[in-house]
Amino acid sequence: MCCEDLKEEIEISEEQYLKIDEILNMYQDPEGNLISILQKIQSELNYIPKVVISYISEKTKIYESKIFGVVTFYSQFRMAPIGENLIMLCQGTACHVNGSEKIGETIKEYLNIDVGETTDDNLFTYTNVACLGCCSLAPVMMIGDKTYGNLTTDKVKEILKTIQKKN
Amino acid sequence: MKIKVGASSCGIAAGANSLIEILESDYSNISTEITGCIGLCYLEPIIDIYDEDDNLFRHVKVTPNDLKEIIENPKSEKTLIKKEDEDILNRQTRIVTENYGYINPEKMEDYLNAGGYKAIGKCVKNLTPKDIIEEMKIAGLRGRGGAGFPTWFKWNAALNSKNEKKYIVCNADEGDPGAFMDRSVLEGDPHRLIEGMMIAGYAIEADEGIVYVRAEYPLAIKRLQKAINDARNYGLLGKNVFGIEGYNFDIRIKAGAGAFVCGEETALIASLEGERGMPRLKPPFPAQKGYLGLPTNINNVETLANVPWIINHGASKFASFGTETSKGAKLFALTGKVKKGGLVEIPMGMTLREVIFELGGGIKNDLEFKGVQMGGPSGGCLPKEMLDLPIDYESITKTGAIIGSGGMVVMDETNCMVNMAKFFLEFTCDESCGKCTYCRVGNKRMLEILTRITEGKGKLSDLDLLEELAIKVKEGSLCGLGQTAPNPILTTLKYFKDEYLEHIEEKKCVSGTCKDLIHYIINPEKCVGCTLCSRVCPVGAIDGKVKETHFINEDLCIKCGKCYDTCKFDAIYID
Repeated sequence: MCCEDLKEEIEISEEQYLKIDEILNMYQDPEGNLISILQKIQSELNYIPKVVISYISEKTKIYESKIFGVVTFYSQFRMAPIGENLIMLCQGTACHVNGSEKIGETIKEYLNIDVGETTDDNLFTYTNVACLGCCSLAPVMMIGDKTYGNLTTDKVKEILKTIQKKN
Repeated sequence: MKIKVGASSCGIAAGANSLIEILESDYSNISTEITGCIGLCYLEPIIDIYDEDDNLFRHVKVTPNDLKEIIENPKSEKTLIKKEDEDILNRQTRIVTENYGYINPEKMEDYLNAGGYKAIGKCVKNLTPKDIIEEMKIAGLRGRGGAGFPTWFKWNAALNSKNEKKYIVCNADEGDPGAFMDRSVLEGDPHRLIEGMMIAGYAIEADEGIVYVRAEYPLAIKRLQKAINDARNYGLLGKNVFGIEGYNFDIRIKAGAGAFVCGEETALIASLEGERGMPRLKPPFPAQKGYLGLPTNINNVETLANVPWIINHGASKFASFGTETSKGAKLFALTGKVKKGGLVEIPMGMTLREVIFELGGGIKNDLEFKGVQMGGPSGGCLPKEMLDLPIDYESITKTGAIIGSGGMVVMDETNCMVNMAKFFLEFTCDESCGKCTYCRVGNKRMLEILTRITEGKGKLSDLDLLEELAIKVKEGSLCGLGQTAPNPILTTLKYFKDEYLEHIEEKKCVSGTCKDLIHYIINPEKCVGCTLCSRVCPVGAIDGKVKETHFINEDLCIKCGKCYDTCKFDAIYID
């Protein structure tokens, strides 16, 4: 990933900058707490926009390159916004041997998106994640903070349909 | 009457929360508590009903519709646990898991009533740090996170590393795909971990503990945070603990951000310091120079959770379980193609066969057992010839696999071992931090070789190349990730070489996994011409008239397997 490729989707509001300031002020040693800071900012903004990396750097004097390095190193951080429902399909071993690949194919086909993409209506973003630790219910996925187990291709479509209907 | 509902992540995913909601609204006169996962995950949601005389009736796979009946008649047979399932619990040695199913992990008084925090009390009153370390030595406790290093040795090194400020860090970055032992402790009995850390802290003279938990475990973080807050309010954490002047100990949580390599000690420390989680050379060991350059001792969750039990029951009692060199019991996450998947805590030395076929109930759908992956992406696949192997550190390591953190993923005849090796390598390639050339590039090259074998483009010489590279990656990598990444390849090459040869020489994948090597064929004798397959085929590759035999056009077929899954007459087979 290169910084230049990332388009900014939204403008950061005054209010959001104040929130970022508040988060930065929570830590006396921002460099040692960079990961916690980024986690808090992401849960506030839904992602880490490029301008925010520059802003954190300006405020804390941590090199932009270092912040960018940390953001891209850890899989939790993202530099593009996600849809309302984040689908996290478990890629653990137990899920793999129980057919998670087929579940992934079904999600992609049903929503017509690829891994890491968001649907046009902004309702879903689909990602693959490392083991969720619910191996006995494999294959498993999480949508938001809800875990769904013993998935089949039909069941996964049902779940997505229910969420679509709610909206 | 009182009711306990198993409400760990697995129970909740299986529907425990909706049961709790109904119990709290419709049966508010009955006391309902949550409890940790007892390990019988395949039976979730599980509800324990205690009648007026405190007799326990355990009901399994309970749906909201069953609630009325089992509350009116707790003896109701419909959902009552079967004897054979109960026996799975009886055959275990429950040390770390002794409170699961009994206490509410969100209530500190439950842990106290179960004898909690007595061990740390005993330590500060009667034992010196050296005494505690000696106890760990007699107990023979070894690191449960993967390496199996003697715990007393690490503690001793940290104790001898003199400094005013020291840290005890708990590694709860359970990254192995197919492992959830640590999650069960954090969600099911978080105070046990706190007490274990307090004892470790006392033994190495550290006054601060940090738990590094992976971000994928939100419920674990929530419960542990509550437990820490409660312990602090109770005066068990903070300044002058137990009213002893100058005895300070506190714990905080640091959430990881998703990087498997952070399970490695030095990478974990880098991550704690806000850096990218990249390992560094040892020495200096963390005991000399760890977090912020200060002496630090790092132990895994399960290791620390064993400590209070050892202090309470005595080191020799702990050492009476297990084998000569591997003492005590170990938690395993038994998953994959096994009938009764879940969490088991077994004495070291039990055989793989006992665990998979007796506790695990054998293979799903009664298919043939093919192999078991021990130790996740750092471990190896063991074949059926090794089923009678005792599970202890030495025996398993000799095979090329490792006990690791305790993941045990069972595979049957429909799983392709070349594909499994590729799966693990994809994982390690993704998770390699990129510091060492062999790990960064070598793993990638091995993945390319495996990919071409699964696509039917492999050559016989690829196998030698794979082996050569695998050994070099092991030798040329700095940390455990790179040093163990080739293990799945080496063990599958050793025990399942026939499958590699079939892929290369005959261009065949007998398990039907590798898409490029299989063909879907319609059996004309079974096909009744119902047209269902041609309707579900996304690429229009199936032709045929109603009530006439259909056929698949190989050139168009994308091998998605939809026809195979849909056919009601078993007329489609894989060749």
